[in-house]
Amino acid sequence: MFKLIPRENVSPVLSLLGPLFSVGLTMIVGGILFYFLGVDPFAAIKMIFWDPLMSETFSTYSIPQIFIKGAPLILIALGLSVGFKANVWNIGAEGQYIMGAIFGASFALSLYPLESIVIFPAMILIGVIGGCLWSMIPAFLKVKFQVNEILVSLMLVYVAEQILALASLGFLRNPDGAGFPGSRNLNQYTSASNAEIIAGTGIHLGVLLSLLLVIFFYVLLFRHSLGFKIKLLGNSPKASGFSGDNPNKLIFLCLTLSGSLAGLAGIMEVAGPAGQINIDFNVGYGFTAIIVAFLGRLNPIGIFFAGIVMALTYVGGELTQFMLNLPAAAIQVFQGMLLFFLLSFDLFVHYKIKLKGNK
Amino acid sequence: MDLSEINFAVLVASLIVASTPLVLAALGELIVEKSGVLNLGVEGMMIIGAVTGFIVGVETGSAYIGMMAAAMAGALLSLLFAFIILIMQANQVASGLALTIFGLGIAALMGHPYTGIKSPQISTISIPILSEIPVLGTMFFQHDLIVYLSLISVLVIWYFLNRMRAGLILRSVGEDHDVAHSLGYRVVTIRFLAITFGGAMAGVGGGYLSLVRVPQWTEGMTAGAGWIALALVVFSGWRPFRLLIGAYIFGGITILQLNLQAIGVNINIALLSMAPYLATILALVVISMSRFRGNRGAPGCLGRSFVKIT
Repeated sequence: MFKLIPRENVSPVLSLLGPLFSVGLTMIVGGILFYFLGVDPFAAIKMIFWDPLMSETFSTYSIPQIFIKGAPLILIALGLSVGFKANVWNIGAEGQYIMGAIFGASFALSLYPLESIVIFPAMILIGVIGGCLWSMIPAFLKVKFQVNEILVSLMLVYVAEQILALASLGFLRNPDGAGFPGSRNLNQYTSASNAEIIAGTGIHLGVLLSLLLVIFFYVLLFRHSLGFKIKLLGNSPKASGFSGDNPNKLIFLCLTLSGSLAGLAGIMEVAGPAGQINIDFNVGYGFTAIIVAFLGRLNPIGIFFAGIVMALTYVGGELTQFMLNLPAAAIQVFQGMLLFFLLSFDLFVHYKIKLKGNK
Repeated sequence: MDLSEINFAVLVASLIVASTPLVLAALGELIVEKSGVLNLGVEGMMIIGAVTGFIVGVETGSAYIGMMAAAMAGALLSLLFAFIILIMQANQVASGLALTIFGLGIAALMGHPYTGIKSPQISTISIPILSEIPVLGTMFFQHDLIVYLSLISVLVIWYFLNRMRAGLILRSVGEDHDVAHSLGYRVVTIRFLAITFGGAMAGVGGGYLSLVRVPQWTEGMTAGAGWIALALVVFSGWRPFRLLIGAYIFGGITILQLNLQAIGVNINIALLSMAPYLATILALVVISMSRFRGNRGAPGCLGRSFVKIT
C-alpha cells in the first residue's frame, strides 16, 4: 500500500498547483454532471468559465459583474481566513453580512430624506459595527464559556434571516411601497447611495475597498507580529500561551474582525447592487466565502484570485441558467465539488507519498 | 389568544414526531464523534436523505422503501466525507462544510421536479392495550414505525457504547487513536464504519422529515436541522439518553412555536420562528456553564486526523 511521509516544508509549487488542479477537475466532473442533466457539457463549461470573460455579447456586462460579485466574497473571505488560520471557525458570516446591511440601512433610512455628506460614511461605519456586534455573540460565548463558535455563529444566521424578514415586512418597509415587502431603495437616496465609481459598470466603492484590504491583510499577516501570533495560535495553542499571548483575546479578535468585514460587505451590497433591504437580500455570499478562503489557501493574494474565480462561476452560472436552462443549484454543486478536490489535494502538499512493498 | 385550543396530548404526540429526525441524525453523529471524527456535514446528509427518500417514496408508493433509500443516500454521501478525511487526511471542519454545501446543491438539483407533490402515507402502529390508555396512549403509543425505531436505537446505542466490547473499541479509537492503533485496532476501518452509520442515520432523519414530518419536498427544507442535531450531541455530553431528552425539549419548543403561530398569538411570526435557534444557543451556553462542563465526555481525539506512524 502507500505510506505517508510528512514534508518538512510545505511544497510551494504543489500549494499553488492545488487550486488550479481542483478547478480543472471540477470542470471535468461538472461536465459529466451536466451530461447527465441533459445539457451539452462543453457548451455549459464554456459558458461558465469562458463566455463571461471573452464572449463579445456578454463580456461588457459580465466583466464588471465579476468584480461586483467578487467584492463581497473577497471581503468576507479575508476576514474568515484570519480566523481559520487560528482554528477559529466563524461560519456565520452570512448572518453578520445581513446584520451589517440591516444596521447600516436602518441608520440611513431613519434620516431619510435628509441630505448630508456625513450620512454615507456614518452608514458604512454602522454597517461594520452591525456585523461586528453580531459576531461578538459567538466571540463572547466562546471566550467566556467555551461555547462552540461554529454552532453559535451558524444558528445566528437563521436568527438574522428572521430579523431580515422582520425588517423587510415591518420596521424598514417602504411606507410608499404600496404594501410590497422591502425597504426604500437606497440608490434613490443620494446621501446613502453606494453609487458606481466608474460610470456604466456598476463598480462601486466596495470593489475598491476589497482590493485595498487584500493589500492591508497581506501586510498584516506577513509583515506584522499579529499575523505570526494568529498562525501560532492555530498551529500550537500551547506555544501561543507560553509565548505570553492571550488566546482569548486573539479568538475574540479573529471572530469580530471577520464579523466586521462581513458587515462591511453587507452594507456595501445593500446600498449598492442590491439597493434595498428585502427578504431575499442574502444570496449565500457568507457561505461561498468559506470556499473562497480555502481556495485562496488562506492567503490574501490567493483569496483575491479565488474570489474572482468564484464570482466567475456565479456570473457564468447565471448565464447557463438563462441560456441553457440549467438549475441554479448546479453551481452550488460545482462549488461543493471544488472544495472537496481542494481539501483532498492538501494531502500532496503536506505529505510525500511512497509506495510500500507488499508484505 | 385561547390556549385551551391546544390539546396537550396531541401536542406531546406531535412533539415526538417533530423531534424524531433530530433524534435519528444526532444519534448517528454521536457514534461518529465517539469514534473521534467531527462530521459537520449532517445538514448535507439529511437533505440528501430527505430528497432521495421523497423521490423513491413517491415513485414506489411506499414510504418505507423511501426511508431505506434515504438511509442509503445518506450513507453514500458520508462515504465521500470518510474518504476525504480518512484517506486524503483533509481538515474535518472544512470537509464537513463542503459536504453540507455539496449536499444542499445536489438535493436541490434532484428534487426540482418533485416540488409540490404529496408523499405516500405512512401508517401509524397503535400498540395494543397501551395505546388505549387515555392521554398517555395518544402521546406515546400511536406512532409510526420510525418513531419506535428511533426510541429503540437510543437504547441500542447506549447498550453498544457502554456494555459491549465493540463499543469500547469504538470509544478507545475516539479517545486516543495512536494508543488504539498500537493495540492493534484498525482506526481507519472503525472510523469508516462509524461515519457510514452516521450518514445512514442522518439520511433516515432527512427521509422522515420529507416523508412524514412535513410531508413534502421543498428546497432547503432541513432549515438547519442538521446543525441543531450537532448542537444536541454537544448538549447531551455525548450520552444517548440525554440526547433524547434534549431532542424532545427542542421539539417541544418548535411545536409550541408552531401552535402559537397557528392559533394566531399576538407575537410576530418572525420572532416565533427564531425561538428554536435561540433555544439551541441558550442550551449550549447553559451546558457549557454548568458544573458538568459541556465537553466532559467529548472524545479526546475529536476532529484530529489520524496519520499512521510506522
